[in-house]
Amino acid sequence: MTARTARALLAAALLLPHHLPAAPASSQAAVTIDNFSFKDPVITVTAGTTITWTNRDDIPHTVTADDGPPPTYRSHPLDTGDHFSRSFDKPGTYRYFCSLHPKMRGTVIVR
Amino acid sequence: MDATNNGGRRDALKCMLWAGAGVLWTVAGGVPRGALLGSAQAAEGGHALRFVQISDSHIGFSKPTNMDTPGTLTAAIQAVKQDTQATMMIHTGDITHLSRADQFDTAAQIISGAGLTTHYVPGEHDLLEDNGSAFYARFTPGAATGWYSFDQQGVHFIGLNNVRDLKPGGMGSLGAEQLAWLKADLAGRPSSQPIVVFAHVPLWTVYAEWGWGTDDSEQALALLKRFGSVTVLNGHIHQIMQKVEGKVAFHAARSTAFPQPSPGDPAGPGPVKNVPPGKLRSLLGVTHVREVRGQHALAIADQVLA
Repeated sequence: MTARTARALLAAALLLPHHLPAAPASSQAAVTIDNFSFKDPVITVTAGTTITWTNRDDIPHTVTADDGPPPTYRSHPLDTGDHFSRSFDKPGTYRYFCSLHPKMRGTVIVR
Repeated sequence: MDATNNGGRRDALKCMLWAGAGVLWTVAGGVPRGALLGSAQAAEGGHALRFVQISDSHIGFSKPTNMDTPGTLTAAIQAVKQDTQATMMIHTGDITHLSRADQFDTAAQIISGAGLTTHYVPGEHDLLEDNGSAFYARFTPGAATGWYSFDQQGVHFIGLNNVRDLKPGGMGSLGAEQLAWLKADLAGRPSSQPIVVFAHVPLWTVYAEWGWGTDDSEQALALLKRFGSVTVLNGHIHQIMQKVEGKVAFHAARSTAFPQPSPGDPAGPGPVKNVPPGKLRSLLGVTHVREVRGQHALAIADQVLA
């Protein structure tokens, strides 16, 4: 790496935060799917938070509301690397599961 | 079967340790008997019916464990074609990985190469779109819910669907509607008729923590209890597993796509990732089954792809 490149990268890194949209930390949350389980299985968020699930398994999974039948929502089958997002606007306790592997369960607590 | 078979059970259980290395299974009166393929024992019996089970072809799966699931399914079909006495084939589900039309097309085209009538039941991977309507229309025509039965050469075959409407926290499920259908289907049948049940998820609990079982299978097995010969063929767990309970012999088949760990393995239930190069096909396979006429016996032999 040349000194000029290093300086350019440093400048870019210093500038970077100013170019990102300002997003309140509380409005986004992430849940990963690893080894046939939701991590974390219980997540507590404030009302209005959008949760994004990301499947990191080699096997597809779904995020399906445990309030059926029929469930109020069910993601498309998430292949490896696929995401599913949903906003939780009202306080409450929301259980969900994977409709392919129903032993996989999770809970969203909205305050 | 003669009295020497009483000691056969222990030997048979021993054989399970190396199942897949070419063992022919004979199940008589609830006692399984293992014999090496090609041996005199394996060759005996004037069998009237011989069929093949394949499972878990997962067309659409493409990960380092197996980047070519159409290739391994093709190899399985080539192995089936070498069994010139087989008269039909059963596929115990997870034909595709993601229920996509092109994946169903690829699977159907490869499987048709065997030239055998093939009976399917769905795996959970086959019902991912539109509640499985594409699967049912194509692979269980005339059975919109995926369960059905038929007779072939005196043996009664029952295809069950235990991957529909799965309940949170549960395992595989048959449901009240299907159990009622099964009861009606069996009513009036002579107890001497050999029964073959096939479904995707095992109908006995292999490992509850991973959902490797069927919540209401006991109710189905109670309906089958009076029959003298019941053989249950499953997939889902991508490994050979056998169990005999009374007159019921359970058998889970290998996948044609990828192996899964033994129950309880710390790695979890997903595809085995550390398969050594060149070893994959030795962990995949097909199952050959034959009925030994007049002895109420079914012989099951598993064959690896390489």
